[in-house]
Amino acid sequence: MSAVFLPAAFVLLLALVIGLALVMRAPARGDSLLVALLAATTGVAIILLLGEALGVRHAIDAALVFGLLAAVLGVAFVVRGWPPDERGHAEEERCR
Amino acid sequence: MSAALFDALLVLTIVALAWRALADPDLFRAVIRFIAMGLMMAVAWIRLQAPDVALAEAAVGSALTGALVLSGLARMKGSRAARRDCSGAATFALGLLALVLLAVVGAAALSLPAPGGLTAEALGALPRSGVTNPVTAALLNYRGYDTLLEVAVLLLAVIAVWSLDVAWTGGADLERSPMLAMLLRLVLPILVVAAGYLLWIGAFAPGGAFQGGALLAGGGVLALLGGLGKRLARHERALRAGLAAGLLVFAGVAGGTLGVTGELVGYPEASAKWWILLIESAALVSIGLTLASLYLGGRPGGLDAATGSGNPESTAHD
Amino acid sequence: MPVIEAISLALLAAGLAFFIAGTAALVRFPDLYCRLHAVTKADNVGLGLTLFALALRADSALDVVKLGLIWVTVLIASASVCYLIANEAHRRGVRPWTRTRT
Repeated sequence: MSAVFLPAAFVLLLALVIGLALVMRAPARGDSLLVALLAATTGVAIILLLGEALGVRHAIDAALVFGLLAAVLGVAFVVRGWPPDERGHAEEERCR
Repeated sequence: MSAALFDALLVLTIVALAWRALADPDLFRAVIRFIAMGLMMAVAWIRLQAPDVALAEAAVGSALTGALVLSGLARMKGSRAARRDCSGAATFALGLLALVLLAVVGAAALSLPAPGGLTAEALGALPRSGVTNPVTAALLNYRGYDTLLEVAVLLLAVIAVWSLDVAWTGGADLERSPMLAMLLRLVLPILVVAAGYLLWIGAFAPGGAFQGGALLAGGGVLALLGGLGKRLARHERALRAGLAAGLLVFAGVAGGTLGVTGELVGYPEASAKWWILLIESAALVSIGLTLASLYLGGRPGGLDAATGSGNPESTAHD
Repeated sequence: MPVIEAISLALLAAGLAFFIAGTAALVRFPDLYCRLHAVTKADNVGLGLTLFALALRADSALDVVKLGLIWVTVLIASASVCYLIANEAHRRGVRPWTRTRT
């Protein structure tokens, strides 16, 4: 049963990497932060699954710290880190 | 087989993120990649079964440093790096040099003797060190002198940053942002309790003053983002006291032990646990305040307390 | 107990499915507001299911409490940050995607 956790962590990591690669090509600024949020949420899950697979005790604490500081990062971005979009006008999105 | 696959993907991701972070002329995206890379590094530390380092990396290496760099970026006028044109030959030569360096370092790392050099002695002395977490024992007992100097370096960092600029006085208006206020109200207590928890279990599980301090700093950053900076001038004394407390307590205890047992940072074995706890508690507060002060970006003394403007000319306090 | 293991496995699989769906949505959705939904809702459900699967295998009650705390924290953080980002984007004039805009 515990042999399933490492492949699960791999699947998550793969999904994250593909998401990272594809989203980071977009020029819009707000989307870039979504990538960081995605990395944080997925990272929490990957850490926990890895901890279970490898028998790392206290991986849970690392995941908790992850989650808490992802909140800090999100607020830091919105309040004091969101540069204006380069083109100077409203970001237009097109359906992919 | 699966482990090798996971490792390969992780390593490729980290390297790719690092490369794109450096190569992207859009600095904002580069910062985001840097943050993502920090998160992946924390995953790598867990993969290497080092939760202490993973804790520190997740807290400081990605979140706090990321917030710090984002704030720095926000203060810059433009956010595109100047693109330097490298000639093809120079790029090729540099690339080759980097590969050679990588090969040399890799060969050196692979030829290191198998771990076990001091492990036996370190674990053997654990019962006498006052704690049961070998990492904490190494940091605060066996190599306590190093940690003392590191705490001093942190204080120096704050002094350096403070001498460069005045504090940032922005921050959201919580009256008009009830969602942000709710987030702060809910998350700040969790941060403080988690920081205390990490401090306490640092004696026997991954954790300790540094990780706890990083969580406290996260709380400090949140408070600053909620507008605490405007009211900081009134608490400047307390802030400075807190910043210095860690170093003072640590140096005091270290010097004290010199008199009692004849060694710098040589705790008497019976009470080693309590001295370590005392030092870690003071260090927790200091580290939290230090990292938050770095985010503050400058000394609070130059504030005009009435209007909250950052004009260094107006030093009139209430 | 194999029953608990089976339930845990099923929850884990469901959690992975939500994660993949959320990440795919993040890539494919047409504008910032929709992508916020993907990241903060689908991924959180995936995380919750994964945490539940792990909680069933936890070693101690304290671990279960910590796992629950992780989920609560991530929920609070995601919900608030989602709102803050969307609000700020709206304030800056980012217009939602509408079908006529393709």
